[in-house]
Amino acid sequence: MPWHERTGIAASIADLSRWRWGEMLFWTLALMAILLFPNRYLILTEIAWLALFVLSLDLILGYAGIISLGHAAFFGVGAYVAGLLALHHYIDEPVLALLVAGVAAMALGFVTSFLVMRGADLTRLMVTLGIALLLRELANRFSNITGGFDGLQGIVMAPVLGMFEFDLFGKTSFIYCLVVLFVMFLLARRIVHSPFGLSLRAIRNNPLRAAAIGIPVNRRLIAIYTIAAFYAGIAGGLSTQCTALASLDVFSFERSADLLLVLVIGGTGYLYGGLIGAVGFKLLQDALATWTPQYWQFWIGLILIILVMIGRERLQRWIAWGPERIKRMFDKSGTAAAAREKSS
Amino acid sequence: MTPALETQGLIKTFGGLTATRDLSLQVARGARHALIGPNGAGKTTVINLLTGVLRPNNGRILLEGTDITALPAHKRALMGLSRTFQINQLFADLTPLETIALAVSEQRGEGMRWWSSLVNDASAAAEVEALLQRFHLADVMNVRTATLPYGKQRLLEIALAIAAKPRVLLLDEPAAGVPEAERHDILAAVASLPREVSVLLIEHDMDLVFSFADRISVLVNGALFVEGPPNEVARDPRVKAVYLGEATDA
Repeated sequence: MPWHERTGIAASIADLSRWRWGEMLFWTLALMAILLFPNRYLILTEIAWLALFVLSLDLILGYAGIISLGHAAFFGVGAYVAGLLALHHYIDEPVLALLVAGVAAMALGFVTSFLVMRGADLTRLMVTLGIALLLRELANRFSNITGGFDGLQGIVMAPVLGMFEFDLFGKTSFIYCLVVLFVMFLLARRIVHSPFGLSLRAIRNNPLRAAAIGIPVNRRLIAIYTIAAFYAGIAGGLSTQCTALASLDVFSFERSADLLLVLVIGGTGYLYGGLIGAVGFKLLQDALATWTPQYWQFWIGLILIILVMIGRERLQRWIAWGPERIKRMFDKSGTAAAAREKSS
Repeated sequence: MTPALETQGLIKTFGGLTATRDLSLQVARGARHALIGPNGAGKTTVINLLTGVLRPNNGRILLEGTDITALPAHKRALMGLSRTFQINQLFADLTPLETIALAVSEQRGEGMRWWSSLVNDASAAAEVEALLQRFHLADVMNVRTATLPYGKQRLLEIALAIAAKPRVLLLDEPAAGVPEAERHDILAAVASLPREVSVLLIEHDMDLVFSFADRISVLVNGALFVEGPPNEVARDPRVKAVYLGEATDA
């Protein structure tokens, strides 16, 4: 049924997945960045693939409630697969290679999902952490393939779709990453607004009740974990393709931990948290690194401690003041809240 | 005719404690059956066994003649066994609209669909709308469940169980904790359940039990103590003793 014929409940349901103006603003700004910051392509590119990576974590943590400290495992697999494909000229065309990288990570995600289904949060933290460590050591052990600590070197990227050469200034890289991010975002948006996506939120809220209304909880969690692994693999592939480098640190614990940090900064469970968090985190990192090149991590650490010491409650009230406003511009709860304010 | 729901020699132990003792219970089709008993009699354990939250140590559970003892909870729900919870088990971050739409789409087997938006055909939308209207939730359908008044949450609890289109419905103390002013809506919702749905009610509130049930089973220490029509059970001296005994303990 075309949407304009919908009335009553059908209209209200359709309204749940309507595009908010904040969303359009966000993507317009992202697009304008191509023109506005021609000498910041490097950091913009990093923000774009980091955003995709965080989006992946948001799918499992923000929607399905699966916490992970080893999401870099999938990022790393994607990064190495994309690197190896390009280095040995198995697949030169970047988009196709990127898909293969994503699928490889997805396969790993599917296999390991069965381990992650078992147990509660702490178990999941340990299992995901363990898997990432395991992969890192495997990559280290098989240094003949992965290049060990030096990483894969001498990667030369072929033009995207055979048409767009990677240039020195990183313009192609950024546009390429932005387009991939946008396409993947659209897919994620579709997923979270589908019956499947809603069932994930129900599971995160109350798995007992979800099962009681006929939702096969584990099967749904396996599905989203596998999808998220695909996303992380694509993000990893992008990072390799845009930097022409893949080294052991793609698997590092810091990468997984930073990821969690970025998502928490941006807010979970509304898709834009990852994107906004990535922008905020990278800009903060960049500003601190310029201001105090040697000790910028000190300030990141200090900021973290302050945030935590203030306490979750107050923190949410203070910090969330901004994000909550932003969140409302993106989220249906915003319109619901606005409607309530209007009616009262 | 095979009963809607039947247990045969059900036993459940927790460590050394026997919560369910050799329980054989039959809920007839279309029945309004109540399961009562003093605190700690094991009523909620029985519900958890029936719905698959717990597994029995021994015995069988039959849903309309089909053995469901080994099935996981979600399969039982899809086969038509639905329940409400004594303490609300809702999706706090979802709105009533989302909650009911989700249950309807799961019931229609569309839960794995990720490429289309929620409830995109007219009959499903009508179903969602009818449920929201019937349970007085239409006016709050876009409010986060966590912030709903308790009575509304209680109604959503029942609406959610009904949305699964049950053949057998287990109501675990549906009116528990509901303020007096909001009780009426709950009782009306329970009373107006379609006749073809067989209901097993677990309740403390004797007014509700005797106004609703056409058959009552009394559970004591996990075993079936007395069973019969309401007037017989009400007159039974042993039942009085059990309840009075509890009263003097308290």
